[in-house]
Amino acid sequence: MKSHQSYEIIWHGRGGQGAVTAAKMFTEAAYYAGFRGVSAKPAYFSERRGAPVSVHTRVSPEPIRTFANVLFPDIAVVLDDNLLEMVNITANIKTGGLIVINSSKSAQDLDLRGRFTVAISDAYHCSEAAGLIIEGNVLVSTSILGPLTAATNFVGLDNVQKAIQHKFRGKSLERNLKALDLAFERTSIVSVDNISAVAQG
Amino acid sequence: MGQIEIITANTAAAIAAKLCRVQVVSAYPITPQTPVTEELAAMVESGELKAEYITVESEHSALASVVAASQVGARVFTATSANGLLYMHEMLHWAAGSRVPIVMACVNRGVGAPWTILNDQQDTIAQRDTGWIQLYCRNSQEVLDTMIQAYRISELIQIPVMVCYDGFILSHASTPVDVPSQDEVDRFLPSMEDRSGIDGKTPMNLNPLILSDPRPNANGVLMPGYMEFRYRLQRDILGSLQTIQAVDNEFADIFGRSWGGSAWSYRMDDADHAIVSMGSLASECTVAADQLRNDGIKAGVVGVRVYRPFPSSRMIDSLSGVRTAIFFEKDVSYGYQGALAMDTKAAMYESKSRPEISSYVVGLGGRDVRPEQLAEATLKCVKGPAHHCWLDVRE
Repeated sequence: MKSHQSYEIIWHGRGGQGAVTAAKMFTEAAYYAGFRGVSAKPAYFSERRGAPVSVHTRVSPEPIRTFANVLFPDIAVVLDDNLLEMVNITANIKTGGLIVINSSKSAQDLDLRGRFTVAISDAYHCSEAAGLIIEGNVLVSTSILGPLTAATNFVGLDNVQKAIQHKFRGKSLERNLKALDLAFERTSIVSVDNISAVAQG
Repeated sequence: MGQIEIITANTAAAIAAKLCRVQVVSAYPITPQTPVTEELAAMVESGELKAEYITVESEHSALASVVAASQVGARVFTATSANGLLYMHEMLHWAAGSRVPIVMACVNRGVGAPWTILNDQQDTIAQRDTGWIQLYCRNSQEVLDTMIQAYRISELIQIPVMVCYDGFILSHASTPVDVPSQDEVDRFLPSMEDRSGIDGKTPMNLNPLILSDPRPNANGVLMPGYMEFRYRLQRDILGSLQTIQAVDNEFADIFGRSWGGSAWSYRMDDADHAIVSMGSLASECTVAADQLRNDGIKAGVVGVRVYRPFPSSRMIDSLSGVRTAIFFEKDVSYGYQGALAMDTKAAMYESKSRPEISSYVVGLGGRDVRPEQLAEATLKCVKGPAHHCWLDVRE
């Protein structure tokens, strides 16, 4: 993926999990990387903890003029692998696109159908190991950017770190950077090509 | 020089209020306006903004509070959405009639019932006859800049201004915004001039009962009748189109950004077909125009920025030369048509040459509007006018 292109990214998470924060930090990182147009629009209905939420993000060399939902994303980022059973995340992803998943499972175990690249990292346990826990909740909003950055080259780890540095201070900053690094290092990237399975299914 | 920050339109509005050094803020939280009130309350709490934050039990009281504060010479701010704005309705007339320079952020949201928290522009359009100036913004940069311009406009002509921007679509979406420095804003916006005449010593009766005909008051001074006061409001709000343009020009001199005054155009120079809209939807229309141009259709966009006062001459200039004008709007005057289309048709009656006019109601209650839908609907109207249609109704 190259920096002169535009990208549409959809983020799937649960209310309170950090999808909005993650999307905002990534768009900010993309701005640092030289994209003049970046946008992150959360799709709210009734905001409540635990409910599925999505964020629609665009990254473009030119200022963004459209505010419509992202229907056919280049990249889908999934903060909770349980959502794969609830929301048909793979259906609209562009052929040759990328799915980034926070999961302790393998791509094979997740039983993904389609033709795309999958980047999986156990962001939850990376955040836990980095001590990113507030009131018993493990926060994955920065660690999920690890596999996303590892599987793409248009933003870069340094710009994501810069966005995190802009948002956090002190101990909190250290933990967030550590969680990002761990999740980045522990990313496994595989190609999925089982369109026929979809047809049969 | 400003600094680029990746922020929502709500944050942009709150920052703008701070940069304008507002002295009194009163607002009642309502989705999607809530973050504006939260961020300003936090700024007041931390001392970053030296202002009085008046917490109230309703939108009616929020506007009543800022009317009173404005009447004693303070620079004031409030914000609301949807049913909160409707609850202010009585005080909207009161504010305009009192000629107080209030700036209010209206975060556009559909009106219940049925209940929705998502975007359309029915809430502000329903307030068009209250005597307020209404400015519609196409992106978050324009929200920040228009807020600053609104204080200047409002204080020059003593008419309150609504700065309208789309709920969630802009209010909650993060995009890059150039945040100007305090010095630049101070240079553009002089400190509030107290024109109240209230000195705390001389008793005054504000807004006494007015009779129909002019007559001398208790001091023997001939006072206008109700109709004269109302005529002055109409004369001054009509005249404000020039002020709005002049303020936009002054703004461009200092900040290097101009928003077109009362309206703006996109690819209209050689256009045969004009797409007309307001707010973020007008920005969406520019993408549709690009798609149509790629298909060989000479389309452009006219974005209406000032809805009241209505820029009728500007609309005639923009539209008298095109073959087709297609309106997309997120409001409807029930029992007739979309408000922007209606008003423009009335304006075009003054013009010798007129385009075929089609109009669409779109995106009510947060229904997603996509550029390809707008392009397709436009193409349909190029082939034959559609006088009043609703886009994407699934019945």
